[in-house]
Amino acid sequence: MTSLALIALLSFASPQLNAASEVLEFSDSQQEQRYLDLIDELRCMVCQNQNLADSNAGLAQDLRERTYQMVRSGKSEDEVIEYMVARYGDFVMYRPPLKSSTYLLWFGPLIFLLLSGATFILYSRRSRKKAAVKLSPADQEKARRLLDN
Amino acid sequence: MNIKQFVTRPKFLIPFIVFVAVAVFFAAGLRLDSTLVPSPLIGKQAPSFNLPVLGEENLTLSTRQLTGGFWVLNVWASWCVACRDEHASLIHLAERGVPIAGLNYKDTSENAQRWLRDWGNPYFVTVVDQQGDAAIDWGVYGVPETFVIDAQGIIQYKHIGPISPETVENEILPLWNASKLQSG
Repeated sequence: MTSLALIALLSFASPQLNAASEVLEFSDSQQEQRYLDLIDELRCMVCQNQNLADSNAGLAQDLRERTYQMVRSGKSEDEVIEYMVARYGDFVMYRPPLKSSTYLLWFGPLIFLLLSGATFILYSRRSRKKAAVKLSPADQEKARRLLDN
Repeated sequence: MNIKQFVTRPKFLIPFIVFVAVAVFFAAGLRLDSTLVPSPLIGKQAPSFNLPVLGEENLTLSTRQLTGGFWVLNVWASWCVACRDEHASLIHLAERGVPIAGLNYKDTSENAQRWLRDWGNPYFVTVVDQQGDAAIDWGVYGVPETFVIDAQGIIQYKHIGPISPETVENEILPLWNASKLQSG
């Protein structure tokens, strides 16, 4: 039981352990936080589904190092992001910027939800109306005969 | 339900049409290669570097010295397996007269020189990027990568991964021929 708990604990702790394995010096905690935010936000272009913080690919290590140097030299978060985007494109960011080429990406799911919601409402209204149709006694008799057979 | 009902009540066709549309999107999506990310550098000035020359490490070469004519930059390394796949294409490109500069990425001088001896040298010069710093400036994330730079120093084309004979024929040589026409 204790070993299970330990495994569960460690599986949550691994990103922190990973980040802590690099010993870096910062002039203040604000700078450190900026660095941690950046390597969390920037994508490893080689592995694509990992950020710089999680990846041990050679390029990710280089870009972490580059990020560290830029943060140490007092660059702002936007400046570092701008630097990376100028080289690797918007894809280097996990959250793509809002612009004309990404409107569909950002609003597509909302449009889909609205469309499917509207279709659902229209359909259920119409079927409710249909259900309310009254049959004449003759039709009811006909229906009963059909069902009995 | 018979066929006539489908014709008279096309509503029943809607799910089928939706299915076909989704299938077409998925099929197209499967054919896309998610590892190919468009480079923001295309149409921009080639990033500068000033790097030692392979084999003559006391000499350096800068982008500025290379600017002024059409050239191709190929990022390669001796440890890069895919680089061997494209090597024949590069040799072919060099034989057609296209000047190719090599950027030897995170390699050792010995291994790089042995590689060129063993497989042939398509480069008129190879510069050494031991730390990978210049490669970061060029937005390189997967070796091999190939850039086509025009006489104005603008990046016209970028290819990620090994170049094939088709890439040479359909992408690079047309740019090369166009540049020859321009310079007369």
